Amino acid sequence: MTKTDPAATLEPALQDARRGFLRDLDWRRYVIYIGFVVVFAFFAILLGDQGFLSPNNLLNILSQTATIAVIAVGMTFVISAAEIDLSVGSVAGLSSVTAAMTISSLGLIPGIIAGLLVGVVVGSVNGALVSMLGIPSFLVTLGMLGVAVGTAQYITDSAPEPILDDTFNNIFGSGSIGPIPVLVVWAVVAVVIGAIVLGRTRYGRQVLATGGNRTAAEYTGIRTRRIKFTVLLVSAVVASIAGMLYAGRLQSGRFQWGDGDELSAIAAVILGGTSLFGGAGTVVGTAFGALLIGLINNGLVLAGLESSQQQIVRGAIIILAVALARKK
Amino acid sequence: MAEAINAVETRGISKSFGAVTVLTDVDFDVRRGEVHALAGGNGAGKSTLMKIIQGVYQPSSGDILINGERVDITSIQDAKAAGIGMVFQEFSLVPSLTVAQNIFLGVEPLTGGLIDERKAVSRARAVLAEMQVDLDPKAEVGRLGTAYWQLTEIAKALAQNASVLIMDEPTASLARHETEALFALIERLKSRGISIIYISHRMDEVYRVADRITVLRDGRKLFTSELSQTSPAAIVEGIVGKKIEGELTYRPRERGHVQQEVLLEARGLNAGPRVRDVSFTLHAGEIVGLAGLMGSGRTELARVLFGIDAIKGGDVLIRGKKADLSSPNRAIAAGLALIPEDRRDQGLILDHSVRENLLLPLLGRIRRGPLLDLAAGKALAASLIERFGVKVANPGRPVRLLSGGNQQKVVLAKWLGTGPSVLILDEPTAGVDIGTKSEILDRIRGLADEGRGVLIISSEYPELLAVSDRVLVVRDGSIVDDLPRQDIDDEESLQLAVQGVRP
Repeated sequence: MTKTDPAATLEPALQDARRGFLRDLDWRRYVIYIGFVVVFAFFAILLGDQGFLSPNNLLNILSQTATIAVIAVGMTFVISAAEIDLSVGSVAGLSSVTAAMTISSLGLIPGIIAGLLVGVVVGSVNGALVSMLGIPSFLVTLGMLGVAVGTAQYITDSAPEPILDDTFNNIFGSGSIGPIPVLVVWAVVAVVIGAIVLGRTRYGRQVLATGGNRTAAEYTGIRTRRIKFTVLLVSAVVASIAGMLYAGRLQSGRFQWGDGDELSAIAAVILGGTSLFGGAGTVVGTAFGALLIGLINNGLVLAGLESSQQQIVRGAIIILAVALARKK
Repeated sequence: MAEAINAVETRGISKSFGAVTVLTDVDFDVRRGEVHALAGGNGAGKSTLMKIIQGVYQPSSGDILINGERVDITSIQDAKAAGIGMVFQEFSLVPSLTVAQNIFLGVEPLTGGLIDERKAVSRARAVLAEMQVDLDPKAEVGRLGTAYWQLTEIAKALAQNASVLIMDEPTASLARHETEALFALIERLKSRGISIIYISHRMDEVYRVADRITVLRDGRKLFTSELSQTSPAAIVEGIVGKKIEGELTYRPRERGHVQQEVLLEARGLNAGPRVRDVSFTLHAGEIVGLAGLMGSGRTELARVLFGIDAIKGGDVLIRGKKADLSSPNRAIAAGLALIPEDRRDQGLILDHSVRENLLLPLLGRIRRGPLLDLAAGKALAASLIERFGVKVANPGRPVRLLSGGNQQKVVLAKWLGTGPSVLILDEPTAGVDIGTKSEILDRIRGLADEGRGVLIISSEYPELLAVSDRVLVVRDGSIVDDLPRQDIDDEESLQLAVQGVRP
């Protein structure tokens, strides 16, 4: 019997494994990170002279992205469960207005509670209509978009509602911790919590299972109605926090805060690799999706493009990224 | 003798997919105005033969003749042009359109380039009148019952001048009086010279409507015969065959294995039309088979027990205590597990990884604080994969990439991880190769040996007979027979019991 060198027999196997690994590696899943790096490098080279890489500008990008990122974290749960929430932008507006009005009449804590309550109420209504009555979330939240923004406009008579409470303004948006704007801290906290809940808890798995195949999830004993209810609740509550971030940063509540954010948030989620049909999603991807959008906005402004040109380029980049990320 | 011209005829049709031959040299003919039954077990080649006639598949060799002339059928359009219509088992109608719109879908009558709705309605009305069917052409299909869907399908084929209709298990979803109406319609169509290929396993129906029968087995034609010259027993024997596969033979389990303790007892269970007054018991360590035709209520019983459909009356006792089975969640808590009929739709989340699928019912078990313990989950999944011999290179890859047999093992493993005391298996080996099949059956025996109760539903009688200690025969939603295994001589006698025919 001859002894063979174990290393010699191992080597081809290892090579196979490596090749297999590369083949198995689904680069489409990482399109967002690749895209982020490419766009960042592109702007860094092209706009280095215009101060793109200055710490101030980079922090600026982060702050401008923060509110969308927060909303998009909630949206990731909704889309992962194969639903959609179009009401988030107007919930943010209503929450900013409600918080501002309550702060001026009742003070800081009641104001924050009132803001959050907007999210709880709207989210519960959305969730109940979708999970109990089986109305498609697209329709429910489209209707709610109008109801919430209309209410916000009505109770304020279309006027901004100033917030004079410095504590509120500092906590929600205007302040900073050392050099880090507090908005960025909020976004990081939202992303970390969201990533852990979706990726590492039983609830997160059940959300993905419900979105991936509701029948199979139901047969596995998952209460899919409850999942559908809670994702819409979470999304609205998170949007109400985002509304208060607007209020704190702009030191006022106004029905227009958050206008159109639902589309930016959905774009960030989809860019981040979450399937529009549910069942697959990552919060970290969403965060990079939001950052990529912020990066593009910032770069195009620095490059001196007009807002009309910015919209064209931004739209084209989003379509390109999603096209690259789609499954074969 | 003037040879009658056949409406459709196949001569020496063979078909293989890669190395697998599914049809070998099949001669088959349907006369004008004839109802010709086609029978055969799973994988006998019935559906492949029909798909060739409809232009879905091209034969590897052999000819198709329509009205005596050789034709090339290379697409569904060719088949339609040749007058072949299919009444789909899973209906191919658009629910949001009206009957008339469905009938003329894609061939709408036009006036000046625009669809002439009134012409469509009046022509649909004419077709339906010829069928002597009372159906409003303007009714929206989605609001009609299944029987009317079928009629719309038939009308659609007739409106496109079909002279041959293929009906695949047409009565499976019909109530009795609807079945009678369908048979009457078939008679009328026959008298108009329309030929019907009637695929069914129900001997009573075949004898009722068909003139001749062709039995396929293993991709070959076994025989074609006038029904007046053959017996149900001969046909059943032809379908079943005499081959005995070693893995699929019954091994009497040691007496001690079936224990005294009653794990599950159903008392007068009622739920809708397909579960009517069902009572039975399941002992610890026992495997009970549920035999019945498609649509007999087997699957519905499983769904009720697992809390998917609501119980309307009666009780289920688990270990002697009344159990709350109002949702799958509660059924799982009561110790039940269901391996559902359709693993792709009900059993698995195809795009999720093998590991995620395995762990889905077990998430509560791998928690550390509020978080999932991913390392523990990996280890648990690995142990399930090993215990059930799932062949998978990387458990992190989507379950969709596995073979049917391995997917089924994942479904089994997923549920056995929960440690259920009662297992309900609905068609556990459907679409699984023979090797994996015997492996799965072995596992099922092993599970009963561990003291679990197993309720198994299968359309494959050899399989049912191989594992069951007792067989319950289900017909029209009720249990009509309770047969100890040793009282069933062979597959044929079980088949006859299911058909309700006594030899």
